[in-house]
Amino acid sequence: MERITARNLTNEELFYGHKACGGCGESLAVRLAMKILGERTFASLPAGCMSAVSFIYPNMAFRTNAIITPFASTGAVAAGVAAGLQALGIKDTYSVGFAGDGGTADIGLQALSGAIDRGDQIIYFCNDNEAYMNTGIQKSGLTPFGTKTTTSPAGANLPGSTTMKKNMFEIVAAHDIAYAATASVGYLEDYMMKVEKAKSVKGTSYIHVLAPCPTGWGTTSEITISLAKEAVDCGLWYLAEYEDGEFKLNKNPKEFTPVENYVKKQGRFKHLKDAEIKQLEAARDKKWEKMRRNWVK
Amino acid sequence: MNRPKMVNFKDPETVRDYPMGATCDSDHLTSINAGWRTFRPVIDQEKCIKCMRCFLVCPDGVIDKSGDQLEIDYDFCKGCGVCAHECKPKAINMVKEAING
Repeated sequence: MERITARNLTNEELFYGHKACGGCGESLAVRLAMKILGERTFASLPAGCMSAVSFIYPNMAFRTNAIITPFASTGAVAAGVAAGLQALGIKDTYSVGFAGDGGTADIGLQALSGAIDRGDQIIYFCNDNEAYMNTGIQKSGLTPFGTKTTTSPAGANLPGSTTMKKNMFEIVAAHDIAYAATASVGYLEDYMMKVEKAKSVKGTSYIHVLAPCPTGWGTTSEITISLAKEAVDCGLWYLAEYEDGEFKLNKNPKEFTPVENYVKKQGRFKHLKDAEIKQLEAARDKKWEKMRRNWVK
Repeated sequence: MNRPKMVNFKDPETVRDYPMGATCDSDHLTSINAGWRTFRPVIDQEKCIKCMRCFLVCPDGVIDKSGDQLEIDYDFCKGCGVCAHECKPKAINMVKEAING
């Protein structure tokens, strides 16, 4: 498989003129995925940032077929599109779903689970910006510990969100899915390689991409990419794949950069005390110990 | 410049002018995003080594690589500054937008 780089990536844009905030990581993930998948792609998007910024009547930012689905049914609608294409004998197409973290890990979980169970020919993207950003920053199942959101406020008694991120990648892998991967917009070559890989998978693929949100994370817009990279470098996010029933860790850093440096850059973590940062580190170390033990051959 | 262009959109006058379904055809841009910008990225072509990093990381895809030089579509650039921040040779400057500038 040829490596995709900035040089050989097509110049043609299939997701253009959208109204996402400046520096939006999620729109970059969708943009690059659409470029790699090409114009014979049918996109299904639930309520969420990416549908809200591209389907503003009479504006339409997708240059391919795209549809807004009910919030809970990204997986079901994408599966229906795939079934329709098959019934009509339309070949060489992709049916993809682009959902946010809430639309994947909370509201759309059963539809996704059903699609994976049936082995539908779809590629499902979870654009994880770690909260419901479109509606004004509410906590989702993928919001990390210590995050200040409007529904998990930080104060004298609470550090913001009190739960760790839901283990979405392993929930999906537990279905024995054909292909699943985690990625970050800080490691774009890795992300593009995974999208390219998903194109030739028989059955369902799932790509979970971490995408910073300057508005919800309380950061300046220009650091989106470097922050997404730092999330991986400090160990709070990981790059992994699941195929043929095996987990594989794509990046196994010898040393992590300090979690403190990562969280102090962001308004949503500004209130964190040293003890709470320690808690984040302890959870990270526990997770990595398990991943290294089980996923590294 | 090889980037999607605005369409000439007239507000519907009668109910017959509305499209069938909930959205317009794909690739239907009726307004630009230039007004969002406080700072404008300007490429110093002397310093640019054409690594295409800015083209890759732009969330809005406004950097066109089809020509001899990299070109920015200022109609849709929001001025987020990701390109300048990621540019290794520091060939992109963020210049304050000004009415008389």
